[in-house]
Amino acid sequence: MRKLALSLLILQLSMADSGFCAERALAVVIEDPYIELHSGPGRGYPIFYVAERGEQIEVLKRRTDWFKIRVRHGEEGWVNDTQLARTFQLNGEPIELPGYSLADYGERRWEFGVLYGDFGGANVVSTYGAFSMTENLSVELWLSDMLGRFSNSQLVNVNIVHMLFPEWRASPFFTLGTGVIHTEPKGTIVATTDRTDNLAHVGVGVRTYITRRLLFRAEYKTYVVFTSRDDNQEISEWKAGFSFFF
Amino acid sequence: MESRIFVLLLIAGLILATLSGCGTNRVVQQDGERPAVIEPEVARRDISIGDIDTENFEVGGFIGMMSVEDFGVNTVIGARLAYHMTEDLFVELSAGRADTEQTSFERLSGAAQLLTEADRELTYYNVSLGYNVLPGESFFGEGRALNTTFYVIGGVGKTNFAGDNRFTLNLGLGLRLIPRDWLAVHADIRDHIFDIDLLGQSKTSHNFEAHIGVTFFF
Repeated sequence: MRKLALSLLILQLSMADSGFCAERALAVVIEDPYIELHSGPGRGYPIFYVAERGEQIEVLKRRTDWFKIRVRHGEEGWVNDTQLARTFQLNGEPIELPGYSLADYGERRWEFGVLYGDFGGANVVSTYGAFSMTENLSVELWLSDMLGRFSNSQLVNVNIVHMLFPEWRASPFFTLGTGVIHTEPKGTIVATTDRTDNLAHVGVGVRTYITRRLLFRAEYKTYVVFTSRDDNQEISEWKAGFSFFF
Repeated sequence: MESRIFVLLLIAGLILATLSGCGTNRVVQQDGERPAVIEPEVARRDISIGDIDTENFEVGGFIGMMSVEDFGVNTVIGARLAYHMTEDLFVELSAGRADTEQTSFERLSGAAQLLTEADRELTYYNVSLGYNVLPGESFFGEGRALNTTFYVIGGVGKTNFAGDNRFTLNLGLGLRLIPRDWLAVHADIRDHIFDIDLLGQSKTSHNFEAHIGVTFFF
């Protein structure tokens, strides 16, 4: 009974989510001499149908830069954004596709990324989420996993990032932040205990817009760990990776 | 009691399905009594291109076999979440777990145990960048074509095994079969590479995993 109910629920939800509800379709008219319908959302999938100028089509859904459309005869296929951009709506207005260009990058709000690098000799894998407050300023929350020979650590920190030239394709930035680091020495080292310390950091880096929603990011940070010992510990870190924005 | 909860879930699912637009009237009513001189061919709908459903995320699970160096070949299960950035590139977050068995040494010696039961469990997570290659169609018999693509994938992550977290590189190759626009079936081969110093000296171990999985686009 339980399994049956669960599978029914999954079926319902997948039906609600998938193409069974074709109501939310947008009708447009082809302006190009013709458009090509591919069997899948990618340039490598074969073209199996060609619709002519003046024909009305329905736009059903989108994946990356491809749109699933339905032509009048009921054939369904995928059209790329450059072809769909050359259609107009039934009220005669040209269609405006929300694109992902350098200009959209300037207006981004949210950003997520994954970076990999070296944290004082240990491997570090970091993920972050960022929210842009202005063109120049953003706040970021980072989660990092450091895996070293002698100890493993986890780091949570918040940053303020200042982009110097946000309109440039590759823009340098400064960052300043604070956080908490939890370190677990490896079992083979004697008489050490786990410890949690606060830290602060400054850093510089560069962000480069690559294509669509994709960015390349590289940065160098120097951390000061406020340990309970006599001396604070200084750690330098570099890392590089990719991010994407919304 | 539990079956009641599932009945409630079912009802909630039905309501969701209704709210999401299924069953809404396709025909737009004409205002007023006056008969229309010319019937418009298509009713105007206030939908912009921004309202079109985008399906760039892919979520699902997988099951397969993982060969953990010195510790046998064992069943691995896991989950994956992918985001497709372009038609070629995607990022994937995946996690899995496998219980490993005794080494030959442990079995032959009888008493010696290298690991406790808890340490025998291997768990991993990784973040990877994938690139779709060779997109195309595969054919079943005469009349059925299926979209397929191969992908190469690689990334970094962490493996928890034998009482320690180990930095792990992963490299692999996968095949994605796409029977429906919202459904994909995967077959993957992945090498998890990490250093292990359990048997006296540190060595780099290659741990191959082969799995099949099902994912849903949303």
